[in-house]
Amino acid sequence: MKETVSSVAIKKEWDIVAARQAGRQISQRLGFGSVDQARITTAISELARNIYLYAKEGEIIFDEVHDLPKVGLKIIAKDKGPGINDLSAAMKDGYSTSGGLGAGLPGVKRLMDEFDMESGDTGTKVTVIKWARP
Amino acid sequence: MRVPILKLHNYLLVSIQIELDDQTAMQFQEDLLSKIHETGATGVVIDLTSVEVVDSFIAKVFGDVVSMADLMGAKVVFTGVQPAVSMTLIELGIYLKEVPTALDLEQGIIKLRQELEEK
Repeated sequence: MKETVSSVAIKKEWDIVAARQAGRQISQRLGFGSVDQARITTAISELARNIYLYAKEGEIIFDEVHDLPKVGLKIIAKDKGPGINDLSAAMKDGYSTSGGLGAGLPGVKRLMDEFDMESGDTGTKVTVIKWARP
Repeated sequence: MRVPILKLHNYLLVSIQIELDDQTAMQFQEDLLSKIHETGATGVVIDLTSVEVVDSFIAKVFGDVVSMADLMGAKVVFTGVQPAVSMTLIELGIYLKEVPTALDLEQGIIKLRQELEEK
């Protein structure tokens, strides 16, 4: 089982673009099709923007998952921000505390294959996986 | 980085060919409205053929620019939305129902003509 880990720090707005560009490169290399690449990059964009808007600082970690015969891309969005008060509200479509479209987290869940979220006083960690279709 | 806005008769033509970050998207919104004001353009075509990612923020900027231009009396049509972008937006839960679209630049111009002649 081979794992390659890389990460992009999110501190300023441009880092959102840097994170999605890194995600696109990795997903291309892993053989994802163009639609899945768009899903992955969009999900990264939403996750990175959440970090930038709510926690100011954090990171997006990329992790190739080789669970043969399956190959996947695991993305972890981690911050040490104030955490999400109401997890179930944050997962509802149209919910936003920032004046955005509120598509963020439930949208990310639909774009990816696996979704997990932990949030508390010490920060928020969202883990998503997309499996490449053979 | 700025998105170039071209004038053709009564129309403005825009082809977005750079990676849009939030700042560039906001700047584009402002530039486009100024250009409409400056030129008195009645129609705008924004071509997204080279755009590979539209996330919720960019989608909001696009949706807003349609309403903003409309307030000023100009119609905006988006063209060339890629299949992957279309699928991703709908899965994300963003429908952009108020945003007029057409398949490509040519169809976009035809649509603008029709909409503007109706009035």
